[in-house]
Amino acid sequence: MIMASSDRPDPLNRGLPHDLGGQTGHYYDFSAVQADEPVFTDAWHGRALAVTIAAAAHGKWNLDASRHARELLSPEDYASFSYYEKWVSALTDLLVQHGLVSRQELIAGTASQHRPPLPASLSAKNARDMIHTGSPTQRPLLTSPKFDIAQKVVTKTPAQTAIQPGGHTRLPSYAALKTGIITACHGAHILPDTHAHFKGEAPEPLYTVSFKASDLFAGGNDNDEVRLDLWERYLEPAPA
Amino acid sequence: MPHEHHDHAHHLLPSDPELKLKAIEQILLDKGLIQAEAIEEIIESYTHKIGPHRGAELVARAWTDETFKTRLIEDTDNLLVEMGYSGRQGEHVVIVENTPEIHNLVVCTLCSCYPWPLLGIPPSWYKSDAYRSRAVSEPRAVLAEFGLELDENICVRVWDSTAEIRYLVLPMKPLGIEGLSWQQAAQYVSRNAMIGTALAVSPITEDE
Repeated sequence: MIMASSDRPDPLNRGLPHDLGGQTGHYYDFSAVQADEPVFTDAWHGRALAVTIAAAAHGKWNLDASRHARELLSPEDYASFSYYEKWVSALTDLLVQHGLVSRQELIAGTASQHRPPLPASLSAKNARDMIHTGSPTQRPLLTSPKFDIAQKVVTKTPAQTAIQPGGHTRLPSYAALKTGIITACHGAHILPDTHAHFKGEAPEPLYTVSFKASDLFAGGNDNDEVRLDLWERYLEPAPA
Repeated sequence: MPHEHHDHAHHLLPSDPELKLKAIEQILLDKGLIQAEAIEEIIESYTHKIGPHRGAELVARAWTDETFKTRLIEDTDNLLVEMGYSGRQGEHVVIVENTPEIHNLVVCTLCSCYPWPLLGIPPSWYKSDAYRSRAVSEPRAVLAEFGLELDENICVRVWDSTAEIRYLVLPMKPLGIEGLSWQQAAQYVSRNAMIGTALAVSPITEDE
């Protein structure tokens, strides 16, 4: 299921298993998709989602850190685990990393101490409110955006944009070192690259960049486009 | 629930990942780190309250009310807050409108970003490695497997949800919607049509 590492040029391959765009060898029978597929195909899937959301409400980690914890699963686990198994595994890693649960408790399978709900634990009412309000990532735009609508830009590589080797970034490798055109600026948004590593929100302008499909992929149709939302630091002006 | 009876035949036990979840969930409950009522509230919200019916309402109202459509496209987030359809994983929404020239398709190649408040929790196929890998590199082949063959001259515009902007496809209004209320029209808007792997269904085709 995993692409041989030799299939990708080294500077773009950060060794993280989640960067799937453009990979080959994955199969799903889309012709058999049922319109009325249940939301949670097994009851525990809903619990996995709910426990993940409730545990995150302690504020020990943010959504970017949560995504990164899933990216840090071993490539073998990432490929073989089902979707919510990845969630549960990454959640467990975060709980231990942030001291909410100990390794001893995991081994024993029981809590070392029982206590009533902590003040900070999510109540049913707070869960309703949180689902309803979410966590906007837009922040005031403090500097004027470096790029204009319709400007040509070139992307960097994930290895360049991540703040540390193997760090979190939202530039997919298939879109690295490609030329595209800015089609929108969404104002400043929290930068996942720092946020995932608890190094601040560091908001900066977020752009939609449009690429010709044929510039990204061999066999791409000349009429087709792929659009990505990319932070300013992922981009450089295209050479004139 | 078939738990804690280790003398049962193996197949009576829950799956490995389900057991892993049970273990961690019980530890969190015992430590007071999560509350059972909150877990049930979240499951209930995403099982019954929040789902594609919300997106379908937006589409159907856009089809049947030009003023609503303009506001939906131009002032999306304020409108969604007013309607109570904003929230987690839908804080910043962009509506992308299909036209005779452009067909929009939404994916998240890096994880599984999806407009939760408008479509609910994404279906299995959207989260699959196959969809995440192929929707950007060979969208037409993927669409064909969904039964949707698009003319070469149409621009297939794929939106890879790499940030916190969430995309909802506004499908083209099919024949036969004229004269329907938005409540009636909404029946012809499928979840897949709002992701871009299907077109909206025409009531005329269905009746014949």
